[in-house]
Amino acid sequence: MTSADVAVPAAQTAEPALYTGKRAKRRSNSLTWGIVGWVVGIIFFFPVLWMVLTSFKTEAEAYTNTPHIVFSPTLSQYKAVFSSGLWPYVANSAFATIVSTILVLVLATPCAFALSLRPVKKTRDVLFFFISTKMLPVVAAIIPIYIAARDLHLLDNIFTLVILYTAMNLPIAVWMMRSFFLEVPGELLEAAEMDGAPLRRTVVEVILPIVAPGLAATALICCIFSWNEFFFAVNITATQAATVPVFLVGFISSEGLYFAQLAAAATVATLPVVLAGWIAQRQLVRGLSFGAIK
Amino acid sequence: MTRRRDTRTGGTISRRAFLAGSAGGAALALAGCATGTDQLFSGGGSGTRITVAIVSNSQMEDAISLSYLFEQEHPGIHPDFVSLPENEARAKITADVSTQGGEFDVVMISNYETPMWSANGWLANLQPYINATPGYDAQDFLPQLRATLSHQGDLYSVPFYGESSFLMYRKDLMAKYGITMPDKPTWKQVDQIAETIHSKGLVGICMRGDPGWGENLAPMDTVINSYGGRWFDPQWQAQLTSSEVTHAVSDYVSLVQKYGEPGAPAAGFSECATLYSQGDAAMWYDATSAVSTIEDPASSKVAGKNGYAWAPTQDGRPSGWLYTWSLAIPKTCQHKQAAWDFISWMTSKSYIKTVGEKLGWSHVPPGSRFSSYQIPQYKKLSSVYGPLTLQSINATNSAHPCLQPVPYTGVQFLDIPEFQDLGTNVSEQFSAAIAGSQSVPSALSQAQKYAQAVGQTYRK
Repeated sequence: MTSADVAVPAAQTAEPALYTGKRAKRRSNSLTWGIVGWVVGIIFFFPVLWMVLTSFKTEAEAYTNTPHIVFSPTLSQYKAVFSSGLWPYVANSAFATIVSTILVLVLATPCAFALSLRPVKKTRDVLFFFISTKMLPVVAAIIPIYIAARDLHLLDNIFTLVILYTAMNLPIAVWMMRSFFLEVPGELLEAAEMDGAPLRRTVVEVILPIVAPGLAATALICCIFSWNEFFFAVNITATQAATVPVFLVGFISSEGLYFAQLAAAATVATLPVVLAGWIAQRQLVRGLSFGAIK
Repeated sequence: MTRRRDTRTGGTISRRAFLAGSAGGAALALAGCATGTDQLFSGGGSGTRITVAIVSNSQMEDAISLSYLFEQEHPGIHPDFVSLPENEARAKITADVSTQGGEFDVVMISNYETPMWSANGWLANLQPYINATPGYDAQDFLPQLRATLSHQGDLYSVPFYGESSFLMYRKDLMAKYGITMPDKPTWKQVDQIAETIHSKGLVGICMRGDPGWGENLAPMDTVINSYGGRWFDPQWQAQLTSSEVTHAVSDYVSLVQKYGEPGAPAAGFSECATLYSQGDAAMWYDATSAVSTIEDPASSKVAGKNGYAWAPTQDGRPSGWLYTWSLAIPKTCQHKQAAWDFISWMTSKSYIKTVGEKLGWSHVPPGSRFSSYQIPQYKKLSSVYGPLTLQSINATNSAHPCLQPVPYTGVQFLDIPEFQDLGTNVSEQFSAAIAGSQSVPSALSQAQKYAQAVGQTYRK
């Protein structure tokens, strides 16, 4: 059969060809973006993978100039880390992280609610003030903070870190929570008001369930920032309130080999954050996209 | 069968599960915290607690691991340690001591801080405690260390370990290629040897290139001193663009670029130690305390194959640096006797023996006491490098480090408060020169500007 045997209208042949071309192009685009995504993902993940691999090496293997991918794994670095008195640092980190995050959420939620759903004349100025506190380099404030803590006998006190971490995360939390509150449809609030629901009930039963993923995302961000915070911890604490990042740097030696042990300690230190992120990943993704995409 | 997520209900269910999990996790964590922090807050047990801030080098970590023995000897004193890397420890200890913070009872400082801090009245005079401690024998410390840690004749900190610098080299490679390493090599001879070795496919020499006043500037300063250079003249006029300094820095940079380790601009002690101890380099110019790494068969492939020569020189004078990590008591300390009890334990003759017996003789803190080198086991172990370590330390002259007169003391540093910033800024220029991103004259020109700014404050 030749093409002359069957007369096919031009429109009918042209359309599928167009579809096929578009589909092929779409597939090609999708493949390209997939490859780009994988490459970017691998680049981002590679340091983490390298850290974990290094943690199973001996110190001598960790420093080889052509890095060894194949090696005899050892748990000796982990043994050394766990025998170095890790747990008090973990306890301090957990305490400072959890308490400061709870405080941040308790303070940021009503604040963000007011700034988003009940704005007043100077709302924008207030928001700018909040974020402006993040513009000052922390190092510029450390001496006044140190002297204030010294005079108040709050050096090496875990509650000092709680206060600092709360203050540090509050502006970010307010901004994040505000963007989530802005996503709440106004009609829902009006409906709740028309049904006679008091403000507290509206917030608790209508708004909070909607912004819960955002709340989880905010909490996780605050947790990560607090857990990883080093500068305040190293300057304000000593033996009683030192946190995991301070414990970590104790493995760095100016005259010795330490990569493998440091990698093991860093792997242990990142586990809680990774676990928290893994548990809350759905909420985190929903929360972050919820507030970010307008 | 695959499980399909119900996006409508999944959110609610997982949210509840998540909140429940979070609450449970938080409760558990807080419970854990209560246990952990309660122990911390209570201070745990009776007696005097002293807080000891130290640098996290291996010898200090050994001291932490053996501190239970101190507690057995002194049941009423409990040391708590803050162990940080050199830069963080220095910053934290400086902040505490200079602001009279009172956080620490014992601090680990060096011969850079001790003279300045004792003159400022920030440290307790240790001499009365030393005199009242029978058998402590402070005269057993190397005289150069005693001199550099003293103020008006009294010790204000006592050395835990001391070091100079020397040239480490592979005896087997030298023999293989028919090279004879002089006992006191010149930089020109080192250059020639490095060239020969490099032509055989090995790294000729490892030398620090990473920025930091305690990093590349330490060996670089010894080269500058040896070439007749200096940072300032007696009137505090900066001298970093002088022909002597230019010659010294050019030779250092050229040596590292031509025959040095790969990635030299970022290579410090650890990188050089690895390269050398893995058998990939023929020479290494660095601290005498590096023997703890390269002579340890557990981590070094070249243990027992090394020879040691004096720090290379240009003008024939000994050029090694002088550094010591020492222990001091801040003036603000409330438990000075307990702090001294700990310091005297950690710097005593018996501690040296304890380390050798419990952890191995290669762990002995080197270069602090003469008597360490009389212990038969350590004398035997250190027979190759021990005598030269002592000679190198004793040959240093931190009061007159340069050929020409200078207004400062210190061999590889200037004993002025501004030096930490100045040295780090200048070392960054040198590191850039090693990287090839700028020329040596350009680096020295910028370094000169930094030094002039500091010198000006002293000229006023």
